[in-house]
Amino acid sequence: MIDSDVLERVLATAVRTGADFAEVYAEDKRSTSAGLDDGRVEQVNSGRDRGAGIRVVKGDTTGFAHTADLSEAGLLAAAEAAAAAASQGDGVTRTIALTRGPQRTVSPVAQYPDDIPKAAKVELLQRMDQAARGAGGSIVQVSAGYGDSHKHILVANTDGVFITDEQVRTLVRVSVVADGDTGMQTGYQSAGHTIGFELFGQVDVEDLARDAARQALTKLNARPAPSGALPVVIKRGSGGVLFHEACGHGLEADLVAKGGSVYRGKQGELVASPLVTLVDDGTMTGEWGAISYDDEGHASQYNVLIQDGVLTDYMWDYLRAKKEGRPQSGNGRRQSYQHLPMVRMTNTYVLNGTEEPDDIVRATEYGVYVAKLGGGSVNTASGDFVFGMTEAYLIEDGQITEPLREGNLIGNGPQVLLDIDLLGNDFAMGNPGTCGKDGQGVPVGDGQPTLRVKSLTIGGTAA
Amino acid sequence: MSEELQELADRVVAQAHAGEQVEAYVSRDVETDIRVYGGEVEHFVSAQSEGIGIRVIKDGRTGFAYAGTLDPTAIAEVLAEARDNVAFGTPDEWAGLAEPDGVEMVPQELWNEALADYATDRKIALAKELERLTLAGDSRVRVDDANYADVAVESAVASTTGLRRAGRENGCYVSVSTLADDGDETQTGFGFSVGRSPDEFDLHKAATEAADRATRLLGATKPSSKRVTVVFDPYVTAMLLGIISSTLNGEAVAKGRSLFKDRVGDTVASPLFTLVDDPTNPLAYTATDLDGEGLAARRNSLITDGVLQGFVHNSYSARRAGTKSTGNAVRGGFKGTPGVGCLALQLQPGTRDQAAIVADVDDGVLIQTVQGLHSGVNPISGDFSVGASGLVINNGTVGAPIREFTLASTLQRMLLDVVEVGGDVDWLPMRAAGVSLVIRDITLSGA
Repeated sequence: MIDSDVLERVLATAVRTGADFAEVYAEDKRSTSAGLDDGRVEQVNSGRDRGAGIRVVKGDTTGFAHTADLSEAGLLAAAEAAAAAASQGDGVTRTIALTRGPQRTVSPVAQYPDDIPKAAKVELLQRMDQAARGAGGSIVQVSAGYGDSHKHILVANTDGVFITDEQVRTLVRVSVVADGDTGMQTGYQSAGHTIGFELFGQVDVEDLARDAARQALTKLNARPAPSGALPVVIKRGSGGVLFHEACGHGLEADLVAKGGSVYRGKQGELVASPLVTLVDDGTMTGEWGAISYDDEGHASQYNVLIQDGVLTDYMWDYLRAKKEGRPQSGNGRRQSYQHLPMVRMTNTYVLNGTEEPDDIVRATEYGVYVAKLGGGSVNTASGDFVFGMTEAYLIEDGQITEPLREGNLIGNGPQVLLDIDLLGNDFAMGNPGTCGKDGQGVPVGDGQPTLRVKSLTIGGTAA
Repeated sequence: MSEELQELADRVVAQAHAGEQVEAYVSRDVETDIRVYGGEVEHFVSAQSEGIGIRVIKDGRTGFAYAGTLDPTAIAEVLAEARDNVAFGTPDEWAGLAEPDGVEMVPQELWNEALADYATDRKIALAKELERLTLAGDSRVRVDDANYADVAVESAVASTTGLRRAGRENGCYVSVSTLADDGDETQTGFGFSVGRSPDEFDLHKAATEAADRATRLLGATKPSSKRVTVVFDPYVTAMLLGIISSTLNGEAVAKGRSLFKDRVGDTVASPLFTLVDDPTNPLAYTATDLDGEGLAARRNSLITDGVLQGFVHNSYSARRAGTKSTGNAVRGGFKGTPGVGCLALQLQPGTRDQAAIVADVDDGVLIQTVQGLHSGVNPISGDFSVGASGLVINNGTVGAPIREFTLASTLQRMLLDVVEVGGDVDWLPMRAAGVSLVIRDITLSGA
């Protein structure tokens, strides 16, 4: 994208005012999306985003500027702007020597989406529409979406780091509305991986659509969810968001450093049930949060955050790691070249336990079985979090019985981690997610085996 | 400046082939984002971005493409891509661009020269001052970050249907995030102040609110489950109106995704509930003179004395519904085509302030924050369930803080269960104005 001698001159310009560190992050991204709604392919969209963000650090101050102009003149102007933003210091001359890092491929791509005819992408949508509508006469509306992106990134900094990488992601989603005597209900499914069009050799889009339809149809007969604290069993692959919200964010070193996390100062302490080992893993091939390098040029890693209930480490980016004099962990990510990097999760998951999933349900006299969670959010300082249950059932006498209407669950992160009392042996990754922090969204994955939380507050209306 | 963008959009539209509708939307924005921590600048972002989105419609089929640059080669590529994408759409008899409708624009003052000329070091000083004021009030309060940000956007749209409009707008805000500690417990708060220029900021109010929000929840306990009357703070009401607006979206109605389809003329809310969408009111934060397709923004009555009046439309949803656009096309920048949405919602206010309202509540909760609106509220089924925190109201008096509970009902019932709208309108930086709102018979789930 940019020659190394140009990068060296741009970085030298960026630190000319006496800065400690400078970085160029450049990206060139092509994306395609298509949407079907109400039986029609509404639109195919193509996008192109290309530019560079230049970061300059002096003392505790970071200056940042970005440009869509990748010529040497454009990059030099952005470097001057970022340097001016970081400082008003004296002139210094530093020579930068970049060493090209090895090519890493965590997620190999078999079929680049750029090489696939648009008609083949649109056809997936039509198949999903037909499959969902075929699931029952009560299905009244279907919308389906397809998206792919192919992004080249380049990172170079004054420490000599110089890497390039490409990231290919492909995704489909479908949402369905069913109408019955008690009103309308909805169902949703999606599949997304850090791979190309070969995704559709692994995922049957019609099965996805039928599953979304099944959720909506099931909920037509749902009764109001209970109100109050109950044991909750969460199906494998559907509750990773619980860990993402309940403790993942609280283990991000930037939040920890400012005292905005309940997990501050808890390294080496028991913060979860001894059943829980929690990992953040950017190297998980093909998963939605997989990356070869993070957006600061650090190779992705497998990081154990909680081992047998004991907090082992936080997640780190360049700035926080440097301040603490320790290595980065491959968690410096950003939404695009227009954004500053910060500490972000990749694929965050809980390792297998030993219980048979059926035994977990059987061991629960009265409670709620959550088969699918929606989004969630957390206040990292207090630990309070919520997440939505989009498909849930009552458990009565150790059996899954009636479907429940939607609602939120609420809990306190540290308490919920300690309250996990049964952990299954049936690990699965969940749906692709977009994690939002400070206004930036990045792709993340999560996963977990079937598990039980002793007590969570169910936000329903039934007594 | 905007003329340059208008000419650029015009040049694209002039390349339309026979039988083709073409729309070009061009925008450029310049942003400053300053974060202060511990009396020092933590980051300073100075950014300019620009881009173009092109929509091509032919024989009822629509194609779209965008690029984050105004480089002429890239623009030619975008037009070619959009054209290429047309072939894959399903013909839709209602597809098409907006046509000029003769509705007069109500001019708004959206540009402030004082902000455009404001010096950088004064912007930094504002963020530092906000941090200092926030820390000065209460020793239990820490500041997570204090921010100053401004943005200036110019945009232009042109179409083969003869719409041709350009405009510019700027604005700025300061904000502060707080933490309050008491032993092992930490709670959070925030405060902000918004203006067309920094002269309109009220730093003291932002600092006080940020400290109060964090400290008032210290010592909060989890309440027991019961049915209660809730008083929503204006900020919470504005968030609720944002959810309700998606049920009034003409496109959702046309596609059978609104719980209010087929309900025009019915009583859907308490007689106290009168809701308008009025972007022509200059007090509204999101006041504007144009919608996302370049039609004049206008005042629309949605619910009057509890009776549903109608829905908001862009040109597409209006054609489907056999009506005219209400000037409610919403565009999220150059990367997409216009959808439908409310622009500036306002509940008709009552007469009493929050203190007077609370004095009449025997057993209730004053709700100060809600969490999980995106995960626990379904605007299609109407199921409503959110996490919340607030203060107990007992015999007309505000008492102890409570947290980690949920509130649940359905949107349909909540609208009918409104018992009072406050007189304390707050023009928040959202697409809806805030006002205290009292709703009875909500299920509170806690311990």
